[in-house]
Amino acid sequence: MTRLELPDYKFQTERVKERFLRLKRRNITMEIRNLTKTFQGIDGPVTALKNINLKVHKREFVCVIGPSGCGKSTLIRTLAGLEEATSGEIFLDDKVVTKPGPERGMVYQEYTLFPWLTVKKNIMFGLLESGATKSIAESEARQWISLVGLEKFENHYPSQLSGGMKQRVAIARALANQPKVLLMDEPFGALDAQTRAKMQVYLMEIWKNIDITILFITHDLNEAVYLADRVVVLRANPGEIQEVIEVPVPQPRNPSQFITPEFLATKHHIETLIHPIEQVNEADNLNLVRMVNVASDIGDIF
Amino acid sequence: MPSLSVRKPLSKKRRSLVAFFSFAIPLMIWSAVSYLPFIWHPLVKVTEAGSVGYFRANMLVPRETFKFETQKMASAGLEQPSGTPANPLYLPAPHEVGKALYTAFATEPRRQSEKWLHESLWSSIQVIFWGFILSSMLGIPIGILAGTFDFFSKLFEPFIEFFRYLPAPAFGALAVAILGIYQAPKIAIIFIGTFFQQVLVVANTTRKLDPALLEAGQTLGASNRSLLLKIVIPGVLPDLYRDTRILLGWAWTYLIVAELIGTSSGITWFITQQARYKNFDNVYAAIIIIGVLGLFIDFLMAYFGRRFFPWKSI
Ligand SMILES: Nc1ncnc2c1ncn2[C@@H]1O[C@H](COP(=O)(O)OP(=O)(O)OP(=O)(O)O)[C@@H](O)[C@H]1O
Ligand SMILES: [Mg+2]
Repeated sequence: MTRLELPDYKFQTERVKERFLRLKRRNITMEIRNLTKTFQGIDGPVTALKNINLKVHKREFVCVIGPSGCGKSTLIRTLAGLEEATSGEIFLDDKVVTKPGPERGMVYQEYTLFPWLTVKKNIMFGLLESGATKSIAESEARQWISLVGLEKFENHYPSQLSGGMKQRVAIARALANQPKVLLMDEPFGALDAQTRAKMQVYLMEIWKNIDITILFITHDLNEAVYLADRVVVLRANPGEIQEVIEVPVPQPRNPSQFITPEFLATKHHIETLIHPIEQVNEADNLNLVRMVNVASDIGDIF
Repeated sequence: MPSLSVRKPLSKKRRSLVAFFSFAIPLMIWSAVSYLPFIWHPLVKVTEAGSVGYFRANMLVPRETFKFETQKMASAGLEQPSGTPANPLYLPAPHEVGKALYTAFATEPRRQSEKWLHESLWSSIQVIFWGFILSSMLGIPIGILAGTFDFFSKLFEPFIEFFRYLPAPAFGALAVAILGIYQAPKIAIIFIGTFFQQVLVVANTTRKLDPALLEAGQTLGASNRSLLLKIVIPGVLPDLYRDTRILLGWAWTYLIVAELIGTSSGITWFITQQARYKNFDNVYAAIIIIGVLGLFIDFLMAYFGRRFFPWKSI
């Protein structure tokens, strides 16, 4: 069998190259400068993030990917203001941010809708907090509900919705505040493959139609390459930026691009960054042979 | 589906059947002991005294004594006594207690100053109600504050931890000295018995609220005040409601102690008084009434709970 000949992931067609040039001329919405975060662990301090520097442009879609425990959640939580940075700064439109605020919307992997509020009231929550009157909040909430296609469910409680529907409400709830950035921490991680694919298409659709910059965390390679303008690859222990990749797959994206050469090349490259081939862990070699007696009536399964 | 499967609900039909047996089995045991003479019946109720000098009709004597006297009379050629096996006075049969459930309400008190059963019950309900309401009015807000803000937790909880180990009845004499001998000291005992536990239970329940909900609120721009009023409180309310149901049960147990201090009153007074008159059927009737009342209130609260918190059940 011959291996696929993949192009260099750095190769960009003229159209893609030109788009990235335009993208980089846009204003910077969020800037992370020398961000370091250490936790006080049981056996000494743990450096979850070390010297992170990143500029996210207006209406850019950035995915962050990395092995489990590399500090992805810590990064996004610090950006949201839920964790305090040990050192370094975060700027949002040139203003330093230190605490949570409605201009940074957040969607988590776990479902965090308020279970005692209906879909509509969940979406109204942030609007009311920002001082909107009840009638304005209600009519705006309706618009967001129809944007995520849940008109029939506006008076349902979260416990009556499927996982995908819950996340759609969570996205609408975050967007209703008209944040500058939407921070998403593996929002589709708990969904089945099919719902997940639908939600990805859906999110792209929203991103196209709304003035929003998205920072999206995932550990799914396909998801990262499919959604992102740029993919930030983190490395673990300590959590550092390994590489920032400009995805050479042309925009607007569609699911048929999953098997284009540039898609596969990018994916393959990220794969080698996250799981270096030479580093085979001793503990990963399973000693199953010694533990199980193989029935001899089937000679060889191959 | 088998009846015993781990953490799987029974079918509706089987559930009611099992619930029925949970009452039917104790009742059957009680009936068996009451109506089947060979199970227990350690006494004999004398119907005719015969020639035994000290026997009287309706007198209860130990079985051995009865046998001994019968043999003595037989060998002396005198008239033998007759009697039927009986249980002690303190174990009336179900039908007697059943009857007492009605007659206890209908019989006039022996003395003018004494109260009817329904008056005693009403007095007990008032004591419970006020003691529990006062406790909840203070205990629930303090508990929520302590569960939300570490400041209040450290301010209130150490003292309360200490105080809850002091048995509430120990404050009886003090309560009487300060509050007089009528309802007030009784209410105070219910309060002391409930309040300190309530603060700790409520604080713990509040702490169990999913922190992700609070974080979600913060990223939606909620102020501290909104976090408390719009997330913490509605978020823990159903659990607080459940706590309150359980704590109300505790309040009932303190009632018995509370009613013994100062002038004895309420259902406890009724029970001790009836026991003194040896009307044990009335004693059981009163105990059953307390149980039924407690169960009824709990049912009512469960019913309203489902109404108040529709989002809890799908
Ligand atoms: N509150 C905390 N206290 C101590 N250590 C923490 C805390 N939160 C995270 N860490 C540590 O920081 C590191 C990064 O954790 P983080 O949750 O950010 O990883 P992640 O990339 O999101 O992982 P996953 O892919 O599994 O979600 C881990 O080593 C973790 O043990
Ligand atoms: Mg994570």
